Amino acid sequence: MDNRIDLLREKIQQKLGEVTDLAELDKLRVSYLGKKGSVTALLKGMKDLSNDERKTFGAEVNKLKANTAELIERKIEELNEKAIEAEIKRMPVFDVTTPPELTRGSYHPVTLSQRQCESVFKSMGFTVEDYAEVVTDYECFEAVNIPKHHPARDMQDTYYLENGQLLKTQTSAAQNAILRKYRKNLVENGVPIKAIFPGRCFRNEATDACHENTFFQMEGMMVDKGISISNLIYFMKTMLSEVFQRDIKVRLRPGFFPFVEPGFELDINCEICGGEGCPSCKHSGWLELCPCGMIHPNVLREGGVDPDTYTGFAFGLGLTRLVMMKYSVKDIRDLNSGNLKALSQFTDDDN
Amino acid sequence: MFLSMNWISDFVDFTGLDKVKLIHRFSLSTAEVENEIFFKGADISGVVVAEIKSVENHPDSKKLHLLQVDAGEPELTDVVCGAPNVRVGMKTAFAKVGAKLGEIEIAPRPLAGHMSYGMCCSESELGISDDHSGIMDITEDVPNGTDIKELYAIDDIIFEVDNKSLTNRPDLWGHYGIAREFAALADRPLKALDTADLTAYDALQKVDMKIEDPLCQRYSCLQMENITRSVSPVNMRIRLFYCGMRGINFLADLTNYLMLEMGQPMHAFDSRKVGKIRIKRFAQPFEFQTLDGVERHIDENTLMICNDNTPVAIAGIMGGLDSEIVEDTTTLTLESATFDAASVRKSTVRLAHRTDASMRYEKSLDPEMTVPAIARFLYLLMKYDRDVKVVSALTDAYAFRYPQINLTFDKAFVDRYTGIEMDNDTMVKTLTSLGFTVTLNDSAFDVTVPSWRATKDVTMNADIIEEITRIYGYDNFEIHTTRSPLYPVREDVVKNNEDRIKDLLVKRYSLHEVHSYIWAYADEQKALGIPVEENVKLLNATNPNMETLRSSMIPTQLCQINSNVGYAPEFGIFEIGRVVEGLDENGLCAEHKKLAVTLYSKEKDVRTLYFELRDMLAVLTDDIKHKPLSYQAVQAQHSYEHPVNLNAVFLDGKKIGTMGVVHPTVGKKIDKKSSIVFAELDMSEFAAVTNDSVSYKEPSKFPPMDYDISVIVPAGVFYADLVCCWKDEGKGILRGARIVDTYDTEAFHSIAIRFEFSSPERTLSSAEVQEIMDRIIDNLNKINVALR
Repeated sequence: MDNRIDLLREKIQQKLGEVTDLAELDKLRVSYLGKKGSVTALLKGMKDLSNDERKTFGAEVNKLKANTAELIERKIEELNEKAIEAEIKRMPVFDVTTPPELTRGSYHPVTLSQRQCESVFKSMGFTVEDYAEVVTDYECFEAVNIPKHHPARDMQDTYYLENGQLLKTQTSAAQNAILRKYRKNLVENGVPIKAIFPGRCFRNEATDACHENTFFQMEGMMVDKGISISNLIYFMKTMLSEVFQRDIKVRLRPGFFPFVEPGFELDINCEICGGEGCPSCKHSGWLELCPCGMIHPNVLREGGVDPDTYTGFAFGLGLTRLVMMKYSVKDIRDLNSGNLKALSQFTDDDN
Repeated sequence: MFLSMNWISDFVDFTGLDKVKLIHRFSLSTAEVENEIFFKGADISGVVVAEIKSVENHPDSKKLHLLQVDAGEPELTDVVCGAPNVRVGMKTAFAKVGAKLGEIEIAPRPLAGHMSYGMCCSESELGISDDHSGIMDITEDVPNGTDIKELYAIDDIIFEVDNKSLTNRPDLWGHYGIAREFAALADRPLKALDTADLTAYDALQKVDMKIEDPLCQRYSCLQMENITRSVSPVNMRIRLFYCGMRGINFLADLTNYLMLEMGQPMHAFDSRKVGKIRIKRFAQPFEFQTLDGVERHIDENTLMICNDNTPVAIAGIMGGLDSEIVEDTTTLTLESATFDAASVRKSTVRLAHRTDASMRYEKSLDPEMTVPAIARFLYLLMKYDRDVKVVSALTDAYAFRYPQINLTFDKAFVDRYTGIEMDNDTMVKTLTSLGFTVTLNDSAFDVTVPSWRATKDVTMNADIIEEITRIYGYDNFEIHTTRSPLYPVREDVVKNNEDRIKDLLVKRYSLHEVHSYIWAYADEQKALGIPVEENVKLLNATNPNMETLRSSMIPTQLCQINSNVGYAPEFGIFEIGRVVEGLDENGLCAEHKKLAVTLYSKEKDVRTLYFELRDMLAVLTDDIKHKPLSYQAVQAQHSYEHPVNLNAVFLDGKKIGTMGVVHPTVGKKIDKKSSIVFAELDMSEFAAVTNDSVSYKEPSKFPPMDYDISVIVPAGVFYADLVCCWKDEGKGILRGARIVDTYDTEAFHSIAIRFEFSSPERTLSSAEVQEIMDRIIDNLNKINVALR
């Protein structure tokens, strides 16, 4: 028997031991096990052997073939492992302590406060209504029981337009339309009117750090059979506790507003001093927050709702004022300035 | 308005009650009281009446005197005093050693070499007037050593009520009306006012007086003479001073006193100048000098009090200089009247002159008050000046009477409105104490409103609720939730879309939401070369910079970009706000809610920025409506629009807005090297488009097949034109096409497009795909788009 098999085996073992990359290994694989490979050639040369010899020789060559294939497989695994190790070593250490890139947009703070209020009222079944900014005298005044000679109509308060319309001075300008929108459902199906209407209001006055001619309010109302003053106090207390996220104490004082009767000024207990008295609450322990009251029968009537059957309450929250309280904005004019140094800070609702 | 608790106590006995607590209750039940309550006289002690027994000039001082005073003690006291009015026999206010005057505590001290054991005081030092010209000259005959506080009502509690909270309460503009509220709150009776009997003079001749204008509701007057007193009683002066009024002379002080007590403004004329009273307006405007010496322009709408045809006073506002009471006046005519509230208010605004009288008349005073006020005036006049003689009968013209108001309701109404249980007796007691006349049958109330509440304030049952509940106290209310049934609440689409747009623009694109004004910024726009376009104007803008409403938010945003240029090298702003696009067919403002977006970059070229904006809008519509946008180039119409790349934006075939590049003239003024692009969408058009729901397609189990081509696109051909070449050729197996590469040279613009084919049912053959592609390529050739 010739020693070709042993020689080849030795050679293969040596070569495979030396190989360092996968491409080279593949070339070797072809040179041994390919169609024209040296192991294959041994098998081809068997035709000259006797049957017995062929049997033994064939078995030996097949063993060599299997061994070689196995060696190659192992070598592949080994080389792959080495490659991964090398790759891991190549990976640099990142400096995570460098300042992050925080390109963020921002909401207008009125949007944030408005959303917060809206979510409270929505959770209690109120619809959120939208209303025009340019309105008629009827909508802004007549329909909400502000008679012809009321001081609120004086030129110094209201922006009048040359076509006879005006810029709404109060969100109450939407009351009539909302009553009319839902009255049918109230009367025919017994569905109470529960609506809030945030909106922009305008007052013709000189601006300074505390006064703006353009600002946001959020009005709300509820109308049904048997709505009472007791309900009003309950709702105001509950809603304001949600808005301010603390247990609010409310205090009602008589206040005169033409669209309500009785009308109230609602005070909340001062959070800063806890009711002890401090400069923020002018040492009274209370902060005047919003006007509210039972909707005036004339307003209901004008909205097509019979005041002998239905009663309701209404309130007006100063959204702009809430923003100033919440974020300690000192100069109200910053809000309409478009100044991104101020506005870009309101990246998200933080509650 | 300042109020004196002493004065109120004239009418209500508060014995045993805490007055400060009552003031707080008043604030919660009637009208807002300012936080600071003044305890007058609390810081004054040890001041007595003392008589000056001797006066010597100080040897070393021209001003000072050396006095000996009798302060009711066994020995006379040595005092050094600088007042000019010292004289022997004079009684004055003397602060003894140990006395307190505010911060000062009196101690023996040397003055220019002489010891002084106390201090003689001026009224100003006692805090009871602003007179500091000399020490107080006490005329009352009281023993020396009497405590000054026993002699005069220096101790008082003064509180201030916010005038605005009295707008609807004409009855609360005097102490008597306020006292009625306190009486109701304290559950104590209200005393009647002492008045003179005017019927005693019925036999005398009446004043020649006639109302010639319906703006005068009632005019009452009385003539009297022989008024000898010129200085008011000290206590009267103290009250006036504590309530913020300066003492003038007895007559003027008394009219002021009546106004502060009953809320009824009064005026005294010199009868020589006013013999024939006529109340009227004049057709021709003229100038009129009021008693403060100011010339005022009177027009045809201003009601005047006249002596025949000579105006002598502006009705309800101020008297004239010519008819004022003067030194040698012997006979006076006292006016007590009411005028139309709106007319007084308008005249006040026109004249820009608001007085204590007009402030009250504006509130609709009760005409029933004019005669009792005269009776009260006469009572006080005669009390302090015994020789006064009435020389006319009460003369009274009552031209306009408010109707009596009767209201009926039942307990159930009150219960329903209040939401609490209140018993009938409480309601009757409250209403009665406030002056209402109440009849109760079972649970039916029949109420007559008192005249002082019936001029505008209480007109209906809801007003009664307020009366009952405010005295009951809102703090005493039991509170509970409503029993209203529950129904689902549907969200408004516009509102929903707005919120989602804001979230996308802030969260995904890092834009900043801004707010701005509804009018065009004339000055800022001028600086950028953007003229304000003709539009609806404000009638009463305080400033020409803001007189025209804006028809687009883009000029506003360009101004805002301009003012933020230093903020960052790249940023974008947006606002959902209103514009007015002229007037509609009914003459009403065509108001539209718009979304405006403006992007600014120093770093990106205009093309990149433009496509960022385009993609932003496409994502908005894709996200909210699941629909694509389409575009159509339009002609620039505004100064700030670049004529190239201005596109109308369509959604569902409807124009919803525009997007474009800022005109270079404007852009260069903002920043020489920057790109600025903008878009404005109409929110209601956007919201009106219904959103497509997601249509689910089963993923194919068979392998897809891609086919890439590269084409040269000639100028003037848009991708949308290319899409037309394959949109009808897919045979149900072309899933989509997209640009995978673009390649531009000077000579041509080329793009590589990848088509994706797949079938849910089978594996595709290359032949069938090739057949479709051949047709597509053929179509492309027809529009001069050739393979590269």
